Amino acid sequence: MNANATFSALAEPNRLQIVELLRRRPLPVGQIAERLRMGQPQVSKHLRVLSEAGLVRVTPLAQQRIYALRPEPLKELDIWLEKYRRTWGDRFDRLDEVLSELTAKQGKSSRENKRDGHRE
Amino acid sequence: MATVSKSAMQVKRLSDTELQITRELDAPREIVFKALTDPTLLPKWWGPRRYKTVVDTMDVRPGGKWRMRNIAADGGEHAFRGEFREVTPPERIVWTFEYEPLAGHISVETMTLTERDGRTLLTVRDAFSSKEDLDGMLQSGMESGAAESYERLDELLADLEKKSA
Repeated sequence: MNANATFSALAEPNRLQIVELLRRRPLPVGQIAERLRMGQPQVSKHLRVLSEAGLVRVTPLAQQRIYALRPEPLKELDIWLEKYRRTWGDRFDRLDEVLSELTAKQGKSSRENKRDGHRE
Repeated sequence: MATVSKSAMQVKRLSDTELQITRELDAPREIVFKALTDPTLLPKWWGPRRYKTVVDTMDVRPGGKWRMRNIAADGGEHAFRGEFREVTPPERIVWTFEYEPLAGHISVETMTLTERDGRTLLTVRDAFSSKEDLDGMLQSGMESGAAESYERLDELLADLEKKSA
């Protein structure tokens, strides 16, 4: 399971709430909606995202579909390391831009120096 | 072909209180050193993109102070400050880092620049005085809503770890 997919699925506060609720015990959609005071279609939509990220699994039981938490992807996720990675990742992307501007300027003058210095 | 592959950043947790990031940059280290210390260049990369970064002080020498602010569109500010402990161009910078609302929680950031074939490997080592400080710092750069979600996620993970242990 990809840590990024897990992370994005959980970044939405309502989905995080659903995961927290399912941590206690598996529940059908109707009860999740009721306890979180959300509309059932909205809950279903969130459950689909969570299920695609591998965070929940569905078990049919009589007329109902029971949703249970799959903790495996969560265990692989290291939250604060991920936050840190994002902060520095953004910084480095911008630093790349600054450096390419600086080397473009410098590159011109060092090429000229080389031409002057070698075999001419 | 002069295709330069963008090197992946690596983050390593050295201990509960120490992190290390390495990243290759496509420039000689003199230029990287300049980008890391020049007050006119820092605002272009140091802060998150959605903030405007202002450099108030950048006295790049041992014992010299620094202060920068990230300013949001709504005027909200996050101020950071510290002191240079070591400045060795173009290979090493050590500075202290403090988020002003959490004054007294100081981390020490060591940046080491190694050059190879005109490219620079930048290693940043962050040493915090406690794990709580580290968590606090990570939240300082975040919007409060997101920070709260992360806290809850942390709890969730801690709980899962306990169960599986």
